[in-house]
Amino acid sequence: MGLVMGTFSMQSKQVNYHKDKADDDLEMTMVCHRPEGLDQLEALTNFNKRELQVLYRGFKNECPSGVVNEETFKQIYSQFFPHGDASTYAHYLFNAFDTAQSGSIKFEDFVTALSTLLRGSITEKLQWTFNLYDINRDGYINKEEMTDIVRAIYDMMGKYTYPVLKNDAPKQHVDAFFQKMDKNRDGVVTLDEFILSCQEDENIMRSLQLFENVI
Amino acid sequence: MAAGVAAWLPFARAAAIGWMPVANLPMPVAPAEKSKRQDELIILNVSGRRFQTWRNTLDRYPDTLLGSSEKEFFYNEETKEYFFDRDPDVFRSVLNFYRTGKLHYPRYECISSYDEELSFFGIVPEIIGDCCYEEYKDRKRENAERLMDDQEDNKDAKLPNMTFRETMWRAFENPHTSTMALVFYYVTGFFIAVSVITNVVETVPCGSVPNQKEVPCGERYTVAFFCMDTACVMIFTVEYLMRLFAAPSRYRFMRSVMSIIDVVAILPYYIGLVMTDNEDVSGAFVTLRVFRVFRIFKFSRHSQGLRILGYTLKSCASELGFLLFSLTMAIIIFATVMFYAEKGSTSSKFTSIPASFWYTIVTMTTLGYGDMVPKTIAGKIFGSICSLSGVLVIALPVPVIVSNFSRIYHQNQRADKRRAQKVQKARLARIRLSKKGSSTAFLHSKRNGLFNEVLELTHLPYKMNLSEQSSTEEEQQLSKSTSLLESQHHHLLHCLEKTTNHEFVDEQYYQQSYLEAGLQNYSSQSPSLSSQDGVTGTCCTRRSKKHHTPLPNASGPAHMPPLRHAHPRGLQELSTIHIQPLSTSRSSLNMRVDDAAPLNCQSSQITTAIISIPTPPVTTPEGDAHLPVGPAHQNVVKVSAL
Repeated sequence: MGLVMGTFSMQSKQVNYHKDKADDDLEMTMVCHRPEGLDQLEALTNFNKRELQVLYRGFKNECPSGVVNEETFKQIYSQFFPHGDASTYAHYLFNAFDTAQSGSIKFEDFVTALSTLLRGSITEKLQWTFNLYDINRDGYINKEEMTDIVRAIYDMMGKYTYPVLKNDAPKQHVDAFFQKMDKNRDGVVTLDEFILSCQEDENIMRSLQLFENVI
Repeated sequence: MAAGVAAWLPFARAAAIGWMPVANLPMPVAPAEKSKRQDELIILNVSGRRFQTWRNTLDRYPDTLLGSSEKEFFYNEETKEYFFDRDPDVFRSVLNFYRTGKLHYPRYECISSYDEELSFFGIVPEIIGDCCYEEYKDRKRENAERLMDDQEDNKDAKLPNMTFRETMWRAFENPHTSTMALVFYYVTGFFIAVSVITNVVETVPCGSVPNQKEVPCGERYTVAFFCMDTACVMIFTVEYLMRLFAAPSRYRFMRSVMSIIDVVAILPYYIGLVMTDNEDVSGAFVTLRVFRVFRIFKFSRHSQGLRILGYTLKSCASELGFLLFSLTMAIIIFATVMFYAEKGSTSSKFTSIPASFWYTIVTMTTLGYGDMVPKTIAGKIFGSICSLSGVLVIALPVPVIVSNFSRIYHQNQRADKRRAQKVQKARLARIRLSKKGSSTAFLHSKRNGLFNEVLELTHLPYKMNLSEQSSTEEEQQLSKSTSLLESQHHHLLHCLEKTTNHEFVDEQYYQQSYLEAGLQNYSSQSPSLSSQDGVTGTCCTRRSKKHHTPLPNASGPAHMPPLRHAHPRGLQELSTIHIQPLSTSRSSLNMRVDDAAPLNCQSSQITTAIISIPTPPVTTPEGDAHLPVGPAHQNVVKVSAL
């Protein structure tokens, strides 16, 4: 009988514990962030007021609290790629957007990055891409980092592709490109090498201009 | 693609810049925005209540009324608003669906009016969010049951063309259908009662012969009781055989619980008939008579409540098992304690632990017969603890069982989760299908889009050869517009394909290509055969097409300078595939050699693209040649993607 009473009392204690944790979670999500004023943002970025309004409306719709955390970011990005797994690439993207490494993206970060990507100069775009590829932020891209990124891109394709995706397809892909980019053959690609080799390739230059008129 | 994230499409497209430096191939052209349309507010007037929203919000779901051009039918020129003569309360939920991407079902709303509104606005109920879906399905089921009950009340008329067997079975199952059935029902009920009472009265001692002790009636009026028993058993046997005859599935009937009860009820009598002569087994024969009491279970055919009770007990098995287990635990503990406590006292009835079990059970259930009582002080102390805890241990699981009972009873009444499970599976299948629709939409649009490109590039000489009818059909197909959002999304996916130099295909095609990649290793023989087959062999079957792998290689250098070896192969294939879907006449295939020349002039873009593929040339002809005729659509995609 004592056992029975004991088990019942233990269970009730557990319930309390769960409630406390839920309260904590609730408190965290109540944190709200408001962006700076429209005028400041307009000055900071290359967007005009109307575009900022449209962007903010979309942003706030998905993230009512005003910040995006990595989970939400991954979910949103994965919706565009239903075939494969976009979470790894979304992770790298998240780190690239989150310049302050704070674990969440505020609207200012979001809109600054978009401004660079859509309205920035070629050099700025390439610099942003270099930051994206440089996973550990040491200023150099080595082969492993590039392989990681390329593998993340291939993951987005999913399983059903033609021709059938082989396991070393990312590696082969990277081999071809790394040789091209690493001019002084020291095993890492610096920012200058990167920008130089991209500027040499006409395809890349042309494709960088592709998304000029998005928004 | 969900609605809310449509606003994030610009972000996804911008992020695609990250792929550019490592892309293998040049990116496709972005879809042009037809007009830099400012986002405008539109007014929806629903029975006088005005709702306003952005036009883009409604455009998120182009396959509904509000998202498509169908709403133009409701446009009022004078007031510049869209007027709908529908329920404004339900419209709130509909509009919120566009805004948030989630459809909610308000509880106060009538299910049939809600369904009507949803079907008017072209929204599939399956996308109701998980928060409201259970409620929606419950209400829908209740409604359906109500309709069915109404139907059944009208359905008592006998269906024509029922065989005698079916009529009998129906009579057995529903006694109210005909008077005969009702008579049969009551007669069998009466005889079950008679049989049970007979069994009971048999053992009552009735009137004694003066110089002997009292005898039970069964032994006094043996013949009478035997006749009664025989009559009952005969009736039961006849009934069982009739049911067996009428049952639609005899095997299933024989396995059912009721039929087992029937058999067990009548079997002792027959066994008794067989065995009366043998004295040794008469003891066993007496035991068999106990089974006659099972006849009382035959009443469950006559009572719905009994059946539900039986079913409920069956489903409460786990709770009952728990009760039994906890009781057993407590009994063993206390019996052990009492045994050792009473070990010392003389003439103790607690001779062993199993003997103490009886004491523990009697005490815990507060019966207290008094045939075993503890005498030592320790025994009395533990005995009192035992009786106090007995109340608690028994009282605790009982409410669990009772609540389970009532839950199952209500559940059973509404004929329940099993049907919901099936619907759940169907719903998931439907949602999966609609989600797949979005990814197949990409593949379809690729096909359409590339028809467009190919036609543009090779318009003049080929359009002459096409019949007028087929070309207009194609044009009509192409002009079916996808929304700007969709085309941008597809452009994004297309860029990804170019980056990785692989393509999205659907599962079927993937399986095929996977299998054939395995078959490729075996099919390197007989190039001569294929070269003689020529063009006509090309279009026969997929497998024969595969044998054409060496053909372009062989003929390439023969026709053209070796420098442009890659081109004619790719271009010939291009022309082959290009022509095939557009006009299915075989004769057009014969044109391919002649038309190679003009093709070269116009499609310089294509040739450049062919050269820049980093993959070894061996694989590309495999890919090109390997084009099934049937699902040729996807192959158009592949070739011109070069």
